[in-house]
Amino acid sequence: MSFLTKSPWLLHYDGSSCNGCDIEVLACLTPLYDIERFGIINTGNPKHADIFLLTGSVNFQNMDIIRNLYSQIPDPKVVVAVGICACSGGIFAECYNVLGGADKVIPVDVYVQGCAARPEAIIDGVVKALGILDRRYKDLKKIKVAS
Amino acid sequence: MKHFIIAVAYVILAPFIGGILFGIDRKITARMQRRVGPPLLQPFYDVLKLLMKDVQVVNRLQIPAILCHLVFTIITGFLFFEGSDILLTMFVLTLSAVFLIIGAYSSSSPFSFLGAERELVLMTAYEPMVLLTLIGIYKVVGSFSLYGIISTGIPLIIYLPGIFIGFVYIFTMKLRKSPFDISASHHAHQEIVRGLTSDFSGLTLAMIEMAHWYETVFLLGLIYVFFAFNPLAGVLIVIASYFLEILVDNTFARFKWDKILNEAWLVALILGGGNIVALYVITRG
Repeated sequence: MSFLTKSPWLLHYDGSSCNGCDIEVLACLTPLYDIERFGIINTGNPKHADIFLLTGSVNFQNMDIIRNLYSQIPDPKVVVAVGICACSGGIFAECYNVLGGADKVIPVDVYVQGCAARPEAIIDGVVKALGILDRRYKDLKKIKVAS
Repeated sequence: MKHFIIAVAYVILAPFIGGILFGIDRKITARMQRRVGPPLLQPFYDVLKLLMKDVQVVNRLQIPAILCHLVFTIITGFLFFEGSDILLTMFVLTLSAVFLIIGAYSSSSPFSFLGAERELVLMTAYEPMVLLTLIGIYKVVGSFSLYGIISTGIPLIIYLPGIFIGFVYIFTMKLRKSPFDISASHHAHQEIVRGLTSDFSGLTLAMIEMAHWYETVFLLGLIYVFFAFNPLAGVLIVIASYFLEILVDNTFARFKWDKILNEAWLVALILGGGNIVALYVITRG
């Protein structure tokens, strides 16, 4: 097993979430769920992050910020959309200022459903993302060897 | 020759000892917060993962500056355990800290910039106490060499209790632990994101982390010097002082920079300076 899956650091960005999903993300850090036991750290810095956790729908104001944050995360990286708003826009999908889910601006790897998403579901999503992270690292290595 | 072997052993073993110490630190911290906490070897996983990440460099100065930071930190410990002048050792340590600050200043990120400024404030806060510690040791044993100090067999702690407490006080700053973690914090969020380390990623961040391991082992070695007359007591005190740092880290809120500067200089003046004055008065009389 690679070390990427043993120490994934999270970057959590709140798009235009109602804070429901954000609170559930933070609940993962509490003693009850304690995601640090998997080596997961919630960093506030994209340059330290491996997993980009997005909550809330994407609108015209935050789409550039999301692109900017995504481009600052060093490869290999994965994106997890948490909650129905980040997946598809949810009940805000039809609003005039909302673009839709996170996948409208950046490639999303894992979709975590729910309104709000349960902490168990978020942890499940992150663990699923770890497999993708590992695979992506191996692909990157192949590209580097080939070039 | 024997001292040279000890110094080489430090260069090879210090990262393992430092990494495990940090692992224990994170485990105890988690237990204090009623969490399970990460595995003991987590710091190693973190660094190995950082080495696997893509190298993102903001400018040309970043990698050389951080490489110098790591190399000079290793040299610091090497010189110390080889028995060189402790004064020289401390100057090299300061140089390594300066390289870290230069690396942080080289980026245009305001967080990194602010972190570098705060690290400078921390340096001005702990530097007087470091010098007073060395002066105090020299006043008692008349030697600046590690083995010169140990071979005298003088219980330094009896002569320098104030300086010892002052040194443990600034040890918290060197570890970048709360309440002095203004420049870069180990824990979740702070007001300037990751401060000093904001613009470092992958390789450079791994080097900073490793330099931190080396530095911690070296500083614990310096704490041991105070109890070198009794190796068992020395090791116990080193463990106790590290545990104290973890406890303080978990029970204190972050101070503001002016408070840190005021208190550190006050500690240096009263405990450090007072100790040396008392020593002078007693040895004369």
